[in-house]
Amino acid sequence: MNDPLLRVKNLCQHFKISRSFTVKAVNGVSFEIYPGETFGLVGESGSGKTTIGRTIIRLYDPTDGEIIFNRSKISGKLDNKTRRMLRKNMQMIFQDPMSSLNPSKKIGDIIGEGLDIFKLYSSLKERNEIIGEILKKVGLSPAHAERYPQQFSGGQRQRVGIARALVMNPKLIIADECISALDVSIQAQVVNLMKDIQDETQCAYLFIAHDLSMVKYISERIGVLHKGYLVETGTTKEIFSNPLHPYTKNLLSAVPQPNPAYERRRQLVPYNSETVDYEKCTLQRVSDTHFVLNHAD
Amino acid sequence: MEKNILTIKNLDITFRTNAGNIHAIRGIDFSLPIGKTVALVGESGSGKSVTMKAVAGLLDSNAVINSGEIIYDNLDLLTLSKKDLRQKINGQQIAMVFQDPMTSLDPTMQIGDQITEGMFLHKKISKADARQRAVELLKLVGIVDAEKRIKNYPHQLSGGMRQRVVIAIALSCEPKILICDEPTTALDVTIQAKILDLIKDLQAQMGLSVIYITHDLGVVAKVADFVNVMYAGKIIEFGTVEEIFYDPRHPYTWGLLSAMPDLETDDARLYSIPGSPPNLLHEPKGDAFAARNKFAMKIDEREVPPLFKISETHFAATWLLHPDAPKVDLPAELKSRLQRSRKAAGYE
Repeated sequence: MNDPLLRVKNLCQHFKISRSFTVKAVNGVSFEIYPGETFGLVGESGSGKTTIGRTIIRLYDPTDGEIIFNRSKISGKLDNKTRRMLRKNMQMIFQDPMSSLNPSKKIGDIIGEGLDIFKLYSSLKERNEIIGEILKKVGLSPAHAERYPQQFSGGQRQRVGIARALVMNPKLIIADECISALDVSIQAQVVNLMKDIQDETQCAYLFIAHDLSMVKYISERIGVLHKGYLVETGTTKEIFSNPLHPYTKNLLSAVPQPNPAYERRRQLVPYNSETVDYEKCTLQRVSDTHFVLNHAD
Repeated sequence: MEKNILTIKNLDITFRTNAGNIHAIRGIDFSLPIGKTVALVGESGSGKSVTMKAVAGLLDSNAVINSGEIIYDNLDLLTLSKKDLRQKINGQQIAMVFQDPMTSLDPTMQIGDQITEGMFLHKKISKADARQRAVELLKLVGIVDAEKRIKNYPHQLSGGMRQRVVIAIALSCEPKILICDEPTTALDVTIQAKILDLIKDLQAQMGLSVIYITHDLGVVAKVADFVNVMYAGKIIEFGTVEEIFYDPRHPYTWGLLSAMPDLETDDARLYSIPGSPPNLLHEPKGDAFAARNKFAMKIDEREVPPLFKISETHFAATWLLHPDAPKVDLPAELKSRLQRSRKAAGYE
């Protein structure tokens, strides 16, 4: 296999709330993302999935561990060159399309902000062409560039969010619950769009979500998070047909299916996390791609 | 035929806004059989929450009810004054569980006081008895250490626990009807599963009739006996949960079902309904779904389809069911999915 695009090694992210209280949001998480693939990150709220995404794109300073992106180390102090490389090649699509777009800016300027900073055009005409092109790609029209965010519906705004991320032609896009706030029929449109764009540009996605059926649909590999620990990681097939960690089983058994007779039979697999001390566990190898957090014995 | 505890007849609601009149509900008929669960499914803006707010008398002041009846216990709720509604119906007979447990509780009040508030209002009950009942309710909704928890404030509880408290408040005056407006959308799947089980248990124990508003078809499959699919202010298909999931007839229902991947969906493209719902500021002509419907015919642009009867319980409003309409083949993906789910259910 070729080199990973992103390698996260033993990442820890702790937030010091007061002198005596620290929230350990992420503890020793390691995974890799290869060029052009989609890695899904699932877990309940408070499991640290959003924190991981935000740490990777360096909205937070990691407490410990190493992040290597595009062959450069991006954890620790960033020099100017690495920062520019990071900002250009890694982009984020945010959860709430209603609050993640600046309401006082035109769509064209929101999308073009990155272009302006990196001076990726030689004339104003070229800038507008790039923006028009990207708007077409996400299913809007170039004329929309002159409008303001409040003139769009939720689904259209999320398209703008995607266009904003795409315009830089990034190698990795972090999609943090980017479809959770949308209606079912619009979710499908956005997910299809993300897949088409991946086919075309070969960008990689870190897809963070709690909707397992959507994660299964879009990802090649999946990591399951619980309480800040990566409890299981493997290919989508391995996770769904052969889940090994009790938390993964619990999570999978909770996904509601659009099938009434099946739903009536479905039982939640219980899982009591109180009895397990993840700190004493290590990732055990099941296959080349499948790892489970377990006691070393 | 079962008896209905709640019947809505030809409800029609317009909202007056600065931009113009929005015709949000365009003639709805709906019934809730006693002791059953009826789900209202649809996209945001389809009018499902507005319908239920009309039942609970919680419509915003710019809403105008053009016509219709909401009949509960031989009483038309729309003719009652706000005061009568508040004193006799709301909370006591019909209670509501809202979407977001983070915002529907008062952050400055202990949860025990929030649970007993309704009891003091509606019933002659002593303080000690109310307190006792609050503890019982908390135990009923599965909160451990209820005696201690009763003194907690909302911020001391997790999201799942808060939603349990909200349910306890709704149940405090032993209502006959429980309206749940997306009660688990803000919660995780594991907690969602527990809350859904809880509502089902309580329903069996207390003989509640439940109206469930959601856009998650997985949840509908779990809780509902009957399903109403709403689109642009109309109910466009209704039937038993089996009829809707195994034998859907309206193209919009097809779209909804195909748009949600089940765990067996393979890597094929996800079906998506093109476009977005119509803006009800401008009354759509003919079938409101026509613009997004690839099976639309000429008549769809001119005339609103009536409800066609498929079985005693199953109706759908689409011209495709007219005897003169051409035969339409289901999209292949949906066809195989329906086969799969019928098989999983043991029907074939």
